[in-house]
Amino acid sequence: MRQLKDPDLIDVDASEAILSSELGEKGIRRWTESILPPILLGMAFLGLWYFISYVVLDEKRRFLLRPPHEVFLVGFANWKNFSEILAGLWSSTIVAVIGLALAITIGLTLATLMSQNKLIERAVFPYAVTLQAVPILAIVPLIGFWFGFGLNARVIVCVIISLFPIIVNTLFGLLSAPRGLHDLLTLQRVSRWTRLRKLMFPAALPAIFAGFRISAGLSVIGAIVGDFFFGRGDPGIGQLLQRYANRLMGEQLLASIIMSSLLGVVVFQLFGWIKEKAIGKWHQEQSG
Amino acid sequence: MKTNANSSAKVLSLSKVGMKFPDGTEALRDVTFDVEPREFVSIVGPSGCGKSTILRIASGLLKQTSGEVMVDRERLGYVFQDATLMDWRTVQGNVELLAELQGFSAEEKKQRARDAIELVGLKGFENHYPNALSGGMKMRVSLARTLTLKPQVFLFDEPFGAVDEITRTHLNEETLKLFEHECFAGLFITHSISEAVFLSTRVHVMSSRPGTIVATYDIPFGYPRSPELRFDPAFGELSGTISHALKEAHA
Ligand SMILES: Nc1ncnc2c1ncn2[C@@H]1O[C@H](COP(=O)(O)OP(=O)(O)OP(=O)(O)O)[C@@H](O)[C@H]1O
Ligand SMILES: [Mg+2]
Repeated sequence: MRQLKDPDLIDVDASEAILSSELGEKGIRRWTESILPPILLGMAFLGLWYFISYVVLDEKRRFLLRPPHEVFLVGFANWKNFSEILAGLWSSTIVAVIGLALAITIGLTLATLMSQNKLIERAVFPYAVTLQAVPILAIVPLIGFWFGFGLNARVIVCVIISLFPIIVNTLFGLLSAPRGLHDLLTLQRVSRWTRLRKLMFPAALPAIFAGFRISAGLSVIGAIVGDFFFGRGDPGIGQLLQRYANRLMGEQLLASIIMSSLLGVVVFQLFGWIKEKAIGKWHQEQSG
Repeated sequence: MKTNANSSAKVLSLSKVGMKFPDGTEALRDVTFDVEPREFVSIVGPSGCGKSTILRIASGLLKQTSGEVMVDRERLGYVFQDATLMDWRTVQGNVELLAELQGFSAEEKKQRARDAIELVGLKGFENHYPNALSGGMKMRVSLARTLTLKPQVFLFDEPFGAVDEITRTHLNEETLKLFEHECFAGLFITHSISEAVFLSTRVHVMSSRPGTIVATYDIPFGYPRSPELRFDPAFGELSGTISHALKEAHA
């Protein structure tokens, strides 16, 4: 049994962490090794933030970066301001969710059709790639022209941005079922539908969920980007970001950015959690 | 050392089967042999001589380019080289798969799976997922899955090629028990001569590509066979003879 070292001296040697077997020591080690570092970095970051606000920027230019506590007081603790941000975030979340749901529906359908027929795959794939390659800003005017400058246009931006990873991942997943299992099913003379349902689709689930996760993040980005251009109706978080920036409302601007990032993180975690619930029992990451 | 090949009671019969792949590879030429009920026939041969191709043709996964194949595909079991399990199904679910695809009733399906799992010694592991099983256990699941169909002909494609020697010895003994107990006819591909001799009623030796049968040995030991058979001098002698024939075939 090793003596517990002075916390300052604990090194982050992974092999030692594995070797240390005493439970209490393990708990402390986990804390010092995985929880402490990000907290320290966060504090360093706040320190830098204060430093820039108070030392680098003189009083006249301090509006460029308000110190953290002011961002908190004005952006979060003031309910009127904070509720405005929350409402914007909510409106953008709705757009992202609708966009993602559409992208998932279209993506799964297209990928399934492509997996069933080489001709369809060959026909559709180049367009899917093209869609991915289209600079979204280039077609913004067209989207507005066709679909107006409100909710529909924002949703369409989300779909365009998040569709491709779903198609590609699903198709890759569907085609990833091992040949041996295909042979096994062939020997039982199963129908195309049975093969899809019992083999190709379950085999594709890990890739499908990976695609969902990527697309969910993209869909949030799409909702905010769409907001910049198509602001009619309830203002989304993108509209608010623009408004705060134009009116030099630094505190609210930073608060909105923090909340948008939080939304991104929550979405990412949520889809990680869904994946774990759905297939965690049998699927392990390769890296594990 | 050829036995009565023209008996009418054959469960599998290949005559002058040839296989030329579209890319010009001639994998098989004039392969002729039968498997009769309650026979266990092994094929040994150098790597790439077309052993897997024979099984793919026998099972109907592949159509031969010449010759005739006669087999009742309704009652055919096929154990692949790797376990080919569905990662998303538990042991129980994997073993039930074939019965499920055949449209058996839920009860029948469960019953057959239970019996087969018991037979291969995996009782207690029903709810494990494949990623929690060892290579040998996965092979057992694969065997159990095929057993649920109560096949008349059992095709094995080097089923124990990927497991260690000790596990392989165990699995050989269990395969032997299954064969003695379940009354199927077996066609078994292997690289291991002692495995072939230990299990079989007859062993064919194949030449390298284009593969064809160059020697056939009847194995004179009766069933049930005990694991001790491996240390019998006659066993060693026969293995030596076949090993020699295999070397010649390779040359
Ligand atoms: N679809 C195919 N197209 C072209 N050639 C093929 C095809 N399948 C197999 N072959 C060739 O046919 C030959 C026999 O293949 P097969 O897999 O039957 O060999 P094998 O005896 O089972 O080998 P191993 O012992 O290594 O498993 C090989 O040379 C292989 O390259
Ligand atoms: Mg092979």
